[in-house]
Amino acid sequence: MRPRARHREFVPAMGFLLPNFLGFVVFTLGPVVFSLGVSLSNWNLQRTIPFQWIGLENFLALLGSAEFWLYFVNTGYLMLGMPVAIAGSLALALLLSLRLRGIVAYRTLFYLPTFTSGVALMILWKALYNPSFGPINAAIEWLTGWHGPEWLLSTCNLLGLDVEQVGLTLKQWGLGARDALIIMGVWTAIGGNSMLLYLAALTNIPLELYEASQIDGAGRWQTFWSVTWPQLAPTTFFIVVMSFIGGLQGGFDQARVMTAGGPAGTTTTLAYYIYTKAFQEFQIGYASAVSWVLFIMIFVITLINWRFGSRELNY
Amino acid sequence: MSQIAPTSRDFGAWWYRRGRFIASHLVLAALAITMLMPFLWMVLASFKPLEEVEQLDPLPSVWRPQNYLQVFEQIPFARYYFNSLFVAAWVTLLQCLTSAMAAYAFSRLRWRGRDVVFRLYLGTLMIPGVVTMIPNYALMVNLHLLDSYLGLIVPASFSAFGTFLLRQFMLTIPPSLDEAAAIDGASHWRIFWDVIMPLARPGLITLAIFTFLGNYGSFFWPLILIKSEALRTLPIGMLYFDTNYGRQTNLIMAASVMNIIPLIILFVVSQKYLVRGIQLGAVKG
Repeated sequence: MRPRARHREFVPAMGFLLPNFLGFVVFTLGPVVFSLGVSLSNWNLQRTIPFQWIGLENFLALLGSAEFWLYFVNTGYLMLGMPVAIAGSLALALLLSLRLRGIVAYRTLFYLPTFTSGVALMILWKALYNPSFGPINAAIEWLTGWHGPEWLLSTCNLLGLDVEQVGLTLKQWGLGARDALIIMGVWTAIGGNSMLLYLAALTNIPLELYEASQIDGAGRWQTFWSVTWPQLAPTTFFIVVMSFIGGLQGGFDQARVMTAGGPAGTTTTLAYYIYTKAFQEFQIGYASAVSWVLFIMIFVITLINWRFGSRELNY
Repeated sequence: MSQIAPTSRDFGAWWYRRGRFIASHLVLAALAITMLMPFLWMVLASFKPLEEVEQLDPLPSVWRPQNYLQVFEQIPFARYYFNSLFVAAWVTLLQCLTSAMAAYAFSRLRWRGRDVVFRLYLGTLMIPGVVTMIPNYALMVNLHLLDSYLGLIVPASFSAFGTFLLRQFMLTIPPSLDEAAAIDGASHWRIFWDVIMPLARPGLITLAIFTFLGNYGSFFWPLILIKSEALRTLPIGMLYFDTNYGRQTNLIMAASVMNIIPLIILFVVSQKYLVRGIQLGAVKG
């Protein structure tokens, strides 16, 4: 471009950019810098203690607190639903890529939980999980005679994670609140965005690859592992990365609506922990420090994505 | 001969195809019904008398559509509806406009520092919402925008993601179109409004759907911002309805059904834009 033209377009460009850029600076960029500053202070919204810069004290305190690590483990545990949801999405995409009459209607139905997800559906699941009155336990009892797990009221989990400290114990083994949230999460996500991404990726695999595989005499299963799976690798990588980023920040709505972070803090994720510290205990400095730890974890995953992810998915 | 009665071999092939067709439909239908079960229970429970909600029998003995009316009597549900739709509509409008303008500057105009600023935008996409939420809350306190429509609308009206999405979309519009308009002496605003915006319509609709969806269901921000009952949006109203009247499961389910009906309508009318939007969002710059 000629320098004159570049100069001519600078002023209008600023005009077009300005509204958005102002909002960007005031509500995103400014807050990020501000948040970093606050995380180095003891700022308390109730002003019970005088404001002070305390350096990395918040970070040292949280890394040394048992609470933080318990909630970190909770966040990780809830992310165990990810592989199930992703594998399910892929299986569903394979099924929904069949050329059948009415297949679009099925795709629509499976996408519905994702599209309508939110507080209303969480309240619905809370009713479904009610251990004494809910339909899930009623159905379990009708089928097996066993009254069913305590679901959202139970600290049990399928790994046997301990309640008071990070570790495993046989006493906690069973189905509990965290598993209930995982099941709900898988139900919400399985026919959702990952499924649609897989569906789009499947239609872009060149048919010649399948023909070649057929000539080689490969069976269905073999063809899946030698053609479909490698061709879907960039999509899978993208979905895994996005699920990780979402999962690390996740769990707030569920905890606030369904469990209040309990029982005994077992469904408190890092996002809910930040909320309770900031808006119930008013420890803004400490809460900001936790949010920055979360940010750093997400940043690392993003770096991995930039380093190893393909620049573009092929559509 | 074979035209009149197929040989057993033809029949075998036909049956195999037929069988697979039926089997696929059976598997899909079984899965779909399992997926829809919670929705089905919600709708049926919303029509039941309270004492029947806990029974396994899926159908109500008497259908009670008045449950729905009762929701409006117990809580200002119409008000919540209005608040949610009002806030989501304003945010959608403002976000589409500001994002489209910025996307125009990023995709159609050449200026010094453009790529640096754009990378700054991209970089902020990975910042978790909780990081900016606390400072934004403090900002609202200082601007006296706590507990106000403005506080709900303004901070949500600027989106780096929307800018990114529309920029990607505008890059696919051939440059010859606006060059021709520029030669005819059209101003940048005319080119933006009369040439680019109509061509970017599918992208705008996609962004509008996602923005509306996100803000209709927005939970964290209104939860910390809104104190008075008159300003509660649906998710907040639902939360307190569930906490304060937790035992009236049938009414709560009726409220939930009414909560997701606008979403289902939006879903039905917007399907084709959705898929495209999800794909566009997945393409990293």
